[in-house]
Amino acid sequence: MIVARGLSKRFGRIQALEGVDLDIAAGEIVCLLGPSGSGKSTLLRCINHLERPDAGAVWIDGDLIGFTREGDRLLERDDRSIARQRRRCGMVFQRFNLWPHLTALQNITEGPIRVLATPRETAEREARALLARVGLAGREGASPAQLSGGQQQRVAIARALAMNPDVLLFDEPTSALDPELVAEVLHVMRDLAATGMTMVVVTHELGFAREVAHRAVFMDAGRIVEAGAASDMLTHPTHPRTQAFIQAVMG
Amino acid sequence: MNPSDSLSVSGLRIATRRRPGRWIGAALALLALGFIIRGFALGQIDWSIVGRFLTAPAILAGLVNTVLMTICAMALGLSLGVMFAVMMLSPNPVLRVSARLYIWFFRGTPLLLQLLLWFNLALVFPRLGVPLLGSVRTVDVITPFVATLLGLGINQAAYTAEVVRGGLLAIDRGQAEAALAVGMTRFAALRRIVLPQALRLIIPPVGNEVISMVKLTSVASVIQFSEVLRGVQNIYYANARIIELLIVAAIWYLAVVTLLTLGQTLLERHLRPAA
Repeated sequence: MIVARGLSKRFGRIQALEGVDLDIAAGEIVCLLGPSGSGKSTLLRCINHLERPDAGAVWIDGDLIGFTREGDRLLERDDRSIARQRRRCGMVFQRFNLWPHLTALQNITEGPIRVLATPRETAEREARALLARVGLAGREGASPAQLSGGQQQRVAIARALAMNPDVLLFDEPTSALDPELVAEVLHVMRDLAATGMTMVVVTHELGFAREVAHRAVFMDAGRIVEAGAASDMLTHPTHPRTQAFIQAVMG
Repeated sequence: MNPSDSLSVSGLRIATRRRPGRWIGAALALLALGFIIRGFALGQIDWSIVGRFLTAPAILAGLVNTVLMTICAMALGLSLGVMFAVMMLSPNPVLRVSARLYIWFFRGTPLLLQLLLWFNLALVFPRLGVPLLGSVRTVDVITPFVATLLGLGINQAAYTAEVVRGGLLAIDRGQAEAALAVGMTRFAALRRIVLPQALRLIIPPVGNEVISMVKLTSVASVIQFSEVLRGVQNIYYANARIIELLIVAAIWYLAVVTLLTLGQTLLERHLRPAA
């Protein structure tokens, strides 16, 4: 479903991605692991073209993301066309990025109403259902500042789901949370996983990766070092870099 | 210290500390205030004339013009300011440089000079027109009102653009990214998500600019725009009651600014997010 080939991205002197290939099947849950600065987030952000790769390309269901091919070169698409492609990927950010001037409900309905032109009543009905699904029924009118970090992240997941995406991208969804709030977000993500949603998750939650992910991908210095069935790789890592990382995280 | 001692101390009344410095400071301030009031009371000011002209039709008409001009010039300044702020943050270098040039020119020359330039536009362009649609005589279009509006609004925009740009930069990048991620275009993300938050942020500085605009309109008296100051000048040229009429103008400026300050406080309280 998602195919990435030869992705490279450089930020100044830092090579964030270096020739990364990755294939993700529909319904698959893939965890991207690795130390900070290893390129996991950049890889994730290339999938919905929030980051424009310097080289290489991403296809979702055969559609080239962010570019059109013109002869022997890639031409970046216009704003409108990129925006349309991004609808297929929902994204959940480390720092939630809820819109503080809107209520929880409006955060969820903004995309459907403005982007998909869904009638307001329909969008609100669906948003209420989504809030209930992430365990926040009755908090429609709350502003993000009135919600805890865990609640905000659950609203953010509902906001991503409201666009009916084919894929959900999670960028360290629990890293900014107080430890006791991590579980409620992981719980929602487990429920999502059980529905067969395709998910790409950048995370340091090795427990979640082992239990929920089908596949784990370990990255270091912009390259994929090791990839394989999550349960295998996390219990018996083969690459020394992966071994060291897992040992360090597990303590 | 033995326990019975501390028990008896804990029962004592707490007296207020003596602060002689505060008393001296207050006395000096009151004394100064008294001198000022006494000076004005005994000075050669005919307060009955102040009272008589406070609501003179010419002055009330000037007041209406002052308020109207403040509103129009601020509206023009804010809309142009937002536009130039967005241009300054645009990836297009031509737009960025144009906005910079605009700000450079209008912040770099005195407002009075700009007003005089607008007012004398007819000397440069005797006729203004659109090709094929015909033209009109510049002096008919550039009335004192129009010249003042252009001068104040365009000058204000140069300052407001910097304020708005600061507001836009203060909004976390993640806000726009979240909007892009749900499929908004960059323009929609700016209009729906980033600008509303930035504008809320810039209300205090823009409030200050509105207040200073009320007083800036008085500069337009030199190009015959009939606002409050022009109104009192016309009267004191006739009756020579200069100070009395200037006091009348001061009273009206203070009244308008006081109302605006109150409005600003209420607006800020209303917009403060319920935490």
